[in-house]
Amino acid sequence: MEESAPAAAIELRSVVKRFGELTAVDHLDLIVPNGICLGLLGPNGAGKSTTMRMLTAQAIATDGSITVLGFRLPEQSKAARMAMGVVPQLDNLDVELTCRQILTVFARLYRVPGPERAAAVQRALQIANLTGRADTIVRELSGGMRRRLLVARGLIHRPQLLLLDEPTVGLDPQVRQELWTLIDGLRADGVTVLMSTHYIEEAERLADTVAVMSAGRIIAQGTPAELVLDHAGREVVEVYGPPAQLAELEADAERRGWRHRRSGPAVAVLRAEQLDGDAPEGVRRPANLEDAFVALTGQQIE
Amino acid sequence: MTADALGTPRSPRLGRLEPAALAAVMSRDVVLFKRYWKATTFSSIVQPVIYLLAFGLGFGNLIHSVGHLKYVQYVATGVVATAVLFSSAFPGMFNTFIRWQFQRTYDALLAAPIDVEELITAEILWVSIRAGVYGCAPLIVGFFWGLEPEPGMLLVPLIGFVTGFGFCSFGVLVAAVAKTIDNFNYVTSAVLTPMFLVAGTFFPISALPAGLRTIALFNPLYHCVALVRDASLQQFSSGDIVHVAVLLAWALLLWRLAVWRLEQRLID
Repeated sequence: MEESAPAAAIELRSVVKRFGELTAVDHLDLIVPNGICLGLLGPNGAGKSTTMRMLTAQAIATDGSITVLGFRLPEQSKAARMAMGVVPQLDNLDVELTCRQILTVFARLYRVPGPERAAAVQRALQIANLTGRADTIVRELSGGMRRRLLVARGLIHRPQLLLLDEPTVGLDPQVRQELWTLIDGLRADGVTVLMSTHYIEEAERLADTVAVMSAGRIIAQGTPAELVLDHAGREVVEVYGPPAQLAELEADAERRGWRHRRSGPAVAVLRAEQLDGDAPEGVRRPANLEDAFVALTGQQIE
Repeated sequence: MTADALGTPRSPRLGRLEPAALAAVMSRDVVLFKRYWKATTFSSIVQPVIYLLAFGLGFGNLIHSVGHLKYVQYVATGVVATAVLFSSAFPGMFNTFIRWQFQRTYDALLAAPIDVEELITAEILWVSIRAGVYGCAPLIVGFFWGLEPEPGMLLVPLIGFVTGFGFCSFGVLVAAVAKTIDNFNYVTSAVLTPMFLVAGTFFPISALPAGLRTIALFNPLYHCVALVRDASLQQFSSGDIVHVAVLLAWALLLWRLAVWRLEQRLID
């Protein structure tokens, strides 16, 4: 690390990843500046996890260039991994070990010097609010605790960069809130975070910048507010009614060139503020990231 | 955590096969071993000891000697290789497959600054050290049936380590090639069992038909048996150089193959 700190924590340029016939990542360009939380938002199968795996060189790009913390991948990936933490989507904790044992092993893996190891473990336990469970076997922890331990494990060596792959997938709402608080705290401490998620609410709540990923590439990027304004406008009008009426409205919207989407039992017409007197009767609400996301990808997600 | 999360980057030597990386991976094995040592030790020792008792006491009543050796000397030294085989090839296959496919442990470790070569080498090293120790069990049991302790026996853990390194690597390679864990049955029945039967453990390979005898010469376990026997009975000969060379070549070759193949499977 002789060179001065790079401007961006992560830089992907025209990255391609093919698995046989399948192109999982298709000329992806993505820059994650230092010190922000960037949310990589996309439906399942968009290529988010593959992208994450390429950042740890657990998958090697077919084409393009990847730089992490100034290190070129895959050649210098070991040095890059030394300075970043990873929280995987799937729980891969050693279930027969205690929290302290797992964290100690990872402190060694990240070359935390012997005399500092116990303190590093203690600190990680505190961050994850697991101090009282230090000597509990992972098998006996709740799902939420296990997920917090995964985060603590990724932070054991005080990384400058943390990769979070779908950090709250499959967790109940209360546990999700706990994790969000934890991740929020990291961002406040200046850790750069790249988080993949298919939960719109998660991206909205945590990310400074959201990059919308679809079919292996980034199709839009900005703050949540920018994305909403650019792709869904200021207001949405939601029209409820019998199916026939909704179908008629959809046909009408199609004719007039209005952006619209199905939203549960209603049809939502985007950019309602621009429709003046033509706007259909319905419930007006502010546009949100979900509207923008559906407008962008044509896909409904949670 | 405070702003020093951004703290000073450490710049440890990041080469190939770093001792710190190997030690870190092995520290996990040590922690797990502390939890499972009873079961692991039991299964690694009991089976060879049963062979020793069955053949040594059972056959020993019919056959009193093989060449100039008492049968108990013959079998107790021979079964060392069996103990090494069992305590290295099986962990090589099963631990690798389970940690990689079921527990996803290797996924977690490879996200840290550890490469596949370090990960696999450390796993093999740990199993081989254990195999070297477990390999001594038949000798200790043999002491109770008239096997004489000899200084040359101090080489047995080392011989067991090198042999175990090869067989553990073989197991890792099998795990890296296997589609499902059931595939291991083929390897156990078709490869490991014949290997262990035609290694000169219970009867000399000179008793085999000529063709089979030639095949046995290519069996690394035969070279382990021969070397352990020579060391334990202090009867070294120039042939032992060949045994050492074969065991080292076997270990080296299978180690490289295991790393190469698993790297292909672990890294997309």
